[in-house]
Amino acid sequence: MKPLLKASHVVEMFGGLKAVSDFNVYLEQGELIGLIGPNGAGKTTAFNLFTGVYQPTSGEIEFDGQSIVGLAPYQITQRGIARTFQNIRLFSELSVLDNVKIAFHDHVKYGLLEAVLRVGRYTEEERQIERDSLELLKIFHLKDKAYETAKNLPYGAQRRLEIARALAAKPKLLLLDEPAAGMNPQETQELMEMIRWIRKEFNLTILLIEHDMSLVMGICERIYVLEYGHIIAHGTPEEIQNNPEVIRAYLGGAS
Amino acid sequence: MDFGSHLIQQLINGISLGSVYALIALGYTMVYGIIKLINFAHGDIYMVGAYVGFFAITVAHMGIFPALIVSMVVTGLLGMVVERLAYKPLRHAPRISVLITAIGVSFFLEYGSMYFVSPTPRTFPRVFETEGLTIAGFTVNGQQLLIFAITLVLMVLLTYIVQYTKIGKAMRAVSFDTETAQLMGIDANRVISVTFGIGSALAAAGGVLVGVYYNSIDPLMGIMPGLKAFVAAVLGGIGIIPGAMAGGLILGIIEALVSGFISSTFRDAAAFAILILVLLFKPSGLFGKNTQEKV
Amino acid sequence: MNIQRKNDLMYLVLGLVIFGIVYGLMEGGMIGSFWKLNIIIICINIIMSASLNLINGYTGQFSLGHAGFMAVGCYVSVILTTNFHMPLIVGMLAGGAAAALLGCLIGLPTLRLNGDYLAIATLGLGEIIRIVIMNINYVGGAAGFTGIPHLTTFPWVFFTMLVTLFFIKNFVNSTHGRACIAIRENEIAAGAMGINTTKYKVMAFTIGAAFAGIAGALFAHCFYIINPSSFTFMASFNYLIMVVLGGLGSLTGSVAGAFVVTALSAALASWPEFRMIIYALALILLMFYRPQGLFGYVELTAFKPFRFLDRTKGGRE
Repeated sequence: MKPLLKASHVVEMFGGLKAVSDFNVYLEQGELIGLIGPNGAGKTTAFNLFTGVYQPTSGEIEFDGQSIVGLAPYQITQRGIARTFQNIRLFSELSVLDNVKIAFHDHVKYGLLEAVLRVGRYTEEERQIERDSLELLKIFHLKDKAYETAKNLPYGAQRRLEIARALAAKPKLLLLDEPAAGMNPQETQELMEMIRWIRKEFNLTILLIEHDMSLVMGICERIYVLEYGHIIAHGTPEEIQNNPEVIRAYLGGAS
Repeated sequence: MDFGSHLIQQLINGISLGSVYALIALGYTMVYGIIKLINFAHGDIYMVGAYVGFFAITVAHMGIFPALIVSMVVTGLLGMVVERLAYKPLRHAPRISVLITAIGVSFFLEYGSMYFVSPTPRTFPRVFETEGLTIAGFTVNGQQLLIFAITLVLMVLLTYIVQYTKIGKAMRAVSFDTETAQLMGIDANRVISVTFGIGSALAAAGGVLVGVYYNSIDPLMGIMPGLKAFVAAVLGGIGIIPGAMAGGLILGIIEALVSGFISSTFRDAAAFAILILVLLFKPSGLFGKNTQEKV
Repeated sequence: MNIQRKNDLMYLVLGLVIFGIVYGLMEGGMIGSFWKLNIIIICINIIMSASLNLINGYTGQFSLGHAGFMAVGCYVSVILTTNFHMPLIVGMLAGGAAAALLGCLIGLPTLRLNGDYLAIATLGLGEIIRIVIMNINYVGGAAGFTGIPHLTTFPWVFFTMLVTLFFIKNFVNSTHGRACIAIRENEIAAGAMGINTTKYKVMAFTIGAAFAGIAGALFAHCFYIINPSSFTFMASFNYLIMVVLGGLGSLTGSVAGAFVVTALSAALASWPEFRMIIYALALILLMFYRPQGLFGYVELTAFKPFRFLDRTKGGRE
């Protein structure tokens, strides 16, 4: 079977600086993959390349068998890749519920006229969106906060809301950019359980950037390690743990 | 007059007008460079400068040069007061809030002055009666010479201040990265205040020179030149001092050519058309670099 | 009947009651011709501020050229009604369509700009529109267009206003409106949620322009003569003041803002400088103490006495 996402020989230059070079990654359908590496290694740049925020200087990115190079972010989301952001980007002045409702956008069928005249598919679809949104909020323990303003949520809840919102776009592939950043160990543990659960429930493939090594080791099937824009190692958690390159990159020291 | 000499005459007019735009544009560009605010009230500061010069000459019977200096000092202080009262409290507010405040300040200065000095235009006294120069059949009149000279002196002075003095270095540091500059012990508030002062003083000089050049001033005279100067600043690359100088001159020349060869009614439209073209094709301006938002 | 329909019906009834009272007072001679004209202008300004709010408030794109679109609607409609003797409704629709077309054409390239750059670009475009009209002799140039039939009546403006408000209210409460609001809140996140941000920015701009064009048509037919100086960027600023005062992103606010500003202008008509000084101070103080405007993002129905108008959010408290 063809991989769901495949990046081959991707290079991204910012001016004269190579942020990512000769980047090769593949994700099989249904996998939960980790992408780790020190600060500034190019992890978020890789996400931005997959989601169309940046365009690769050279190389090819295929999703679901088709090239996604040159597509705008919204087109890539419509093809089935949704993401969260490292620096939370919620619609902060809106209610928690509206944050999720917005992400159903691409799956709404009623047109402008139906909306303005409130006829046709409008009423039924809006009702469906509301139901589905509340359902998602329930999964992420946010249902009782549905009418609160997003910016007033505690940090951990904002991170969960970002994931709920990404799921509302009904993706095949979910990219999570440091979902546990700023969470305490217990919250992190719960989040990881949740990620495992949604993967099964929504039949997702997940790529996850994370700083916390132990956490990635605990749930990912395969891990890519990035340093200075290069993939220096790739394999199962055990392989990564024993890889001398990785130990050097993380612990420093002579090698 | 044949085409060639008509062209050269329009160029001379364009450079005089453009010099004034450049003086105003400098204030726009410096303020934008430092706090990312389009100071809509800047054109009105220029108007106030013209009035201060007018009263210095008519009421205090000063000569043109003392009047120019008085106007620059008084208006510079006004700029600092405006910054202190209207913009400083909004230092951390959304940019749109500050922009709306600037529109408010602009109205306040326009109609406040109308209230105090009456809406009727005043005739600026003819204080500078010098023979013009005639070179190979082209006339550069005395007022134009004055504009060239003063603009040149002020620009040299400004370049010196920004490049070589302590406050100038601080201005560049704050403009580059306010937070880091503060960590290095620079008092950003003071730097911003001085920037407003210098920008306003330059605009005031522009106001007095326009009074001398066109002989007429009124409380709403700042609106159009203010907008044009903004166009000039964008054209040169907003935040870049040499850009504002060049942008002002180019805009002045284009306007003079449009009024001279097409129709003066399209003069203002030309300026705005330039603005839109620049924004669409090279939003960073002639001298600027492109930047992208970090995700 | 579902809850939303019931709400719409409530608003409609409320609108009809207000219409009945005001119209009754007018016909009964209780309102003089000065205030009669001003009430008509208030309704037109509500159309202007509500449509500008769609662009500036809901979509977060700072436009300062709204008067330009009004001018287009105004001139297209007067050509049709005066020179070709068409009925007002044709003038309104054609004026709205022309403004929408122009809004779409202008919006496509300029809406790539953000924040203050867009503000100044739209200001420039508004001025260009005005200057071009000033140079067209067919419509009277700077001297103005004369001989316009007096077709605008209170029922016309009131019901057009009502249609505008319903349109915008229903728009912003749909997935299309939510897309616009998402752009305001965070453009990058909106794109990441599958929203074609360019399309929705242009859509909001086009719809806003269309209603400004319609308002322009109604405005023109209040007078015998109309000239380009009614559509300077000062006029655009005036609409902006209404929107900002009422609250960016609140339709209730737009109505209140248009009402307050227009009524204040009328009351202070003899002291124009004084009026502008008050506006200026109001704007500055508003930005200091209540930058979200009088209503913020909130609608009338968020206040207890008016909650009966909206039952969809019954479970909120």
